[in-house]
Amino acid sequence: MRIKLPNPIPDKLRPRPRRPGDGNGNGRLTPTQATIEASKDAGISVVDWLDERTSLSGAGRWALFRKVPKGTNWFYTLGSATLFAFLSQAVTGVFLAMYYRPDATSGAYESIRHINDEVFLGEFVHGMHKWGSTVMVVLVFLHMARTFFFGAYKYPRELNWVIGVTLLILTLMMAFTGYLLPFDQRSYWASVVAVNINGTGPFIGPYLSDFLRAGPEFGATTLSRFYSIHMLLLPGAIAALIGAHLYLVTKLGTTAPPWSKAEKRSELRETEA
Amino acid sequence: MPNRRRAAKSPYTADRNIPGAFEGETVTRRRFMTGSVQVFGGIAAAAIGLPTLGFALGPVFEREKSHWEDVGAAADFPDNTYIPKVVTTTPGVGEVGKTTVYVRRHNLQIDGPVRDSFDQYVAISNRCAHVGCPVRYFEASQRFICPCHGGVYDFRGARVGGPPVRPLDRFYTRVLNGRLQVGPRFSVNSELRRFSPRDPGEPLDGIGQYLYPRRFSTPELHR
Ligand code: HEM
Ligand code: FES
Repeated sequence: MRIKLPNPIPDKLRPRPRRPGDGNGNGRLTPTQATIEASKDAGISVVDWLDERTSLSGAGRWALFRKVPKGTNWFYTLGSATLFAFLSQAVTGVFLAMYYRPDATSGAYESIRHINDEVFLGEFVHGMHKWGSTVMVVLVFLHMARTFFFGAYKYPRELNWVIGVTLLILTLMMAFTGYLLPFDQRSYWASVVAVNINGTGPFIGPYLSDFLRAGPEFGATTLSRFYSIHMLLLPGAIAALIGAHLYLVTKLGTTAPPWSKAEKRSELRETEA
Repeated sequence: MPNRRRAAKSPYTADRNIPGAFEGETVTRRRFMTGSVQVFGGIAAAAIGLPTLGFALGPVFEREKSHWEDVGAAADFPDNTYIPKVVTTTPGVGEVGKTTVYVRRHNLQIDGPVRDSFDQYVAISNRCAHVGCPVRYFEASQRFICPCHGGVYDFRGARVGGPPVRPLDRFYTRVLNGRLQVGPRFSVNSELRRFSPRDPGEPLDGIGQYLYPRRFSTPELHR
């Protein structure tokens, strides 16, 4: 059986042959109509131009028009919610970086104060990033709970679970490295405590702490190290892994909820009868 | 049949009936190219990866310089209470690089005999041995108390209550021309035996000293 996928271009925008009633009665278009027609065509021809050279519309349809099992519900949106939280963090983070200075002597603290008190909408963007980080961590856990309780980690989706666990760890590392950056008393001492807790891992713990601090004590390089890990290393890794995660979701399709029963094939039903 | 089997074992690609084989060639060009791409790709990746990895890991293996800081005239320190002093443990980062040490003279009744030249004065770190909050010395109870999770240490800095896993760290001290100097940090186990500095939360009694080995960053002690 062949399935026909719907066309992603809305009806209104699709090219349509000119009809006798169109235009100003004599089959020709009024100047306004002609402009509208032309601008409609412009969009289509740009899309067509790109598609002819990339074949991206196929990929788009493959990703967007999938078969979804019966009974999927709002809990299936938690992954996309997490993705949105990540994007929000990425965007606000990029803009915070325009004002933030990773300078331990006083620049970091001062630049955050400047963002909060003086920059237009600075407190708002900073607040989005700060509260958004908690939102993202909460959403990751809720999404994980959804996939766990729906049995979505089972064959053939084990690899997606493993990628998910890596994403969870990376997300927590983002929260950890970001916490130091305001460099106020709270963030400083919380990070001291967190690095010390990390050091209690036997054998490698002490060395890992030295790596995180760039030495035996918190110093100027600790802050730039955390900053670089927070804004370059981890976001790159997370973005790449989200790509792999979503590829697998698209490739394997989403799971049916555990309470939905498989429908019997019609021939089987007939033989039973 | 036996003939063809011998041919398949021949080292020459031409004898193995591989299309396009050259005379005297022992490996196909495709295989050779695959191999070289992998080798050169590996070299290129290592050329970027190894230096950057070393760059990031360097501080773990770098030995800190020991540095001594003057805290006042040696005669000013009593042996029955502590005087708090602020010293710089990490230069170049302002307030953050400073830490408080509680200093007093060695007390024969409490500390036992003087062990060596570094033991004439006791300098106790205010970094809690639980997870590193700053402790305070309370004169009334002669105890160090931690605000975070209620760690309590006695007059010698040994743990008497709460979650800390070992006594408070100490600093080496020395007297030069009548001035007292505070040097590098060291940790102690519950018998106050010296160990190279450990981070908070790492016990030093029994198996602890092996689970949390000495770090490469430990500074050398210059007398
Ligand atoms: C940055 C964090 C993450 C993002 C952005 C993310 C994103 C997504 C999205 C958009 C989906 C498809 C929609 C849905 O089923 O909710 C999905 C599915 C899935 N995720 Fe995540 N995820 C993240 C973390 C995790 C974690 C921590 C786990 C588990 C350890 C996990 C395991 C899974 C599994 C097994 C599926 C397949 C669900 C199914 O086929 O029904 N993900 N993820
Ligand atoms: S940090 Fe001192 S008791 Fe926890």
